[in-house]
Amino acid sequence: MQWDWSAVGDFMPRFWDGVLTTLQALVFGSLIAFALGLVWALAQRSSLKVVRWPVTAVTEFIRNTPLLVQLFFLYFVLPEWNVTFSALTTGIIGLGLHYSTYTAEVYRAGIDGVPAGQWEACTALSLPRARTWLAVILPQAIRRVVPALGNYVIAMLKDSPMIATIGALDMLGQARQFSAITFLPTEPITVVGIAFILIAYPASLLMRALERRLVR
Amino acid sequence: MTELTGGLWELLFKGVWVTVQLTVFGAALGAFVAFVVGVARTNRLWVVRFLSGLYMEIFRGTSALVLMFWVFFVLPVAFGWQLVPMWAAVLALGLTYGAYGSEIVRGAIAAVPAAQHEAGIALSFSPWQRLVKITLPQAWPGMIPPANNLLIELLKGTALVSVLGVGDIAFGASLVRNALGDSAPVYTIILVMYFVLAFLITRGMRALERQAKAGLGQKPEKGAGVLRKLSGRQQSEVSRDLSSAGGA
Repeated sequence: MQWDWSAVGDFMPRFWDGVLTTLQALVFGSLIAFALGLVWALAQRSSLKVVRWPVTAVTEFIRNTPLLVQLFFLYFVLPEWNVTFSALTTGIIGLGLHYSTYTAEVYRAGIDGVPAGQWEACTALSLPRARTWLAVILPQAIRRVVPALGNYVIAMLKDSPMIATIGALDMLGQARQFSAITFLPTEPITVVGIAFILIAYPASLLMRALERRLVR
Repeated sequence: MTELTGGLWELLFKGVWVTVQLTVFGAALGAFVAFVVGVARTNRLWVVRFLSGLYMEIFRGTSALVLMFWVFFVLPVAFGWQLVPMWAAVLALGLTYGAYGSEIVRGAIAAVPAAQHEAGIALSFSPWQRLVKITLPQAWPGMIPPANNLLIELLKGTALVSVLGVGDIAFGASLVRNALGDSAPVYTIILVMYFVLAFLITRGMRALERQAKAGLGQKPEKGAGVLRKLSGRQQSEVSRDLSSAGGA
């Protein structure tokens, strides 16, 4: 096994650029996933079949097909329809859309977990629907699911190198580019792999701690 | 719009076969790893518990795609081990998803009532006999629903190998795309193919679950509506399975 520390040193500037891109994808992807997931979850509870069925079918479809293929779909098919985004933006949309179908399930479980008495109290107080949701149900539901949402952010972090396959220069993208120039794959890929563990492990410990505090 | 010719369809169906193989072999290796690591995490010796926990955290902590790149590009250069691409892919998938699966095994073993374990000791079963004859048969039905979700994650994870040139569905699709110069039809087709495969896995696992529960004298849950049947995964498991989901 050959290990060249100077190659690690040469890779570092690119590596930090990659970290920045990965974090960008993660933050914006999470925001899309959190917002869109709530929309799916509420739509799946709609009393109208026309809303409930298509949304359930679409989210099931997205959740059960590979993110990688969805990214290719977005990256290659959207330009054919004259919608063009950069690789990073496409990646963010892909990650956000894919994980929104997971967060939808999380929200659903959270909403189902709100005791029936809370709903009845809202009816008894004749609160309007918007206020029932915003002031009573969602605050209780979301509090419970914060750790679960966090776990999906970690899962998204681990899926984020897929955006390198459509040309975004995240951590893995930078490592690939570096090894293509220098013919040294060992150091950059190992560094990236370790970086993932170094980010994901403390984050998962944090989520476990949150779970103990918020979910009782 | 250009039409897909017979030859192009053949490319896609060859890809389906490779994806199925990857899923089956990856699941076999993953199940082996999951059982070994999951059981080791309940071991009496702290060294065994620590090492198996370390394995789980490392392989769950890193990204499957990065691990795959590592197996493909770093192993040959750094250690001189060049694996056949197909087996390198199976190795990376099995090790990663096995780490996720070990949590399922550990959780299901922990859910078996302690009295069962104590009864085994009282009847002076050996530790191996306790595991094989008492604990695992009772833990087994509880593992199936989360394992179903994990299998679907594995199926989705197999698409990663196309990046490294293994001829699975997604790889076939990129060839077809180049031949057609048109992406929408082929990518729609392969998304549907993946969905059908995921659906078949779910049906199979539900059948397995019914059989496993019947073996314990339990009745399966009833009342699945059409939408639930359509749904790829087992909804009631979502809240319990949250921490182990995703991560491809």
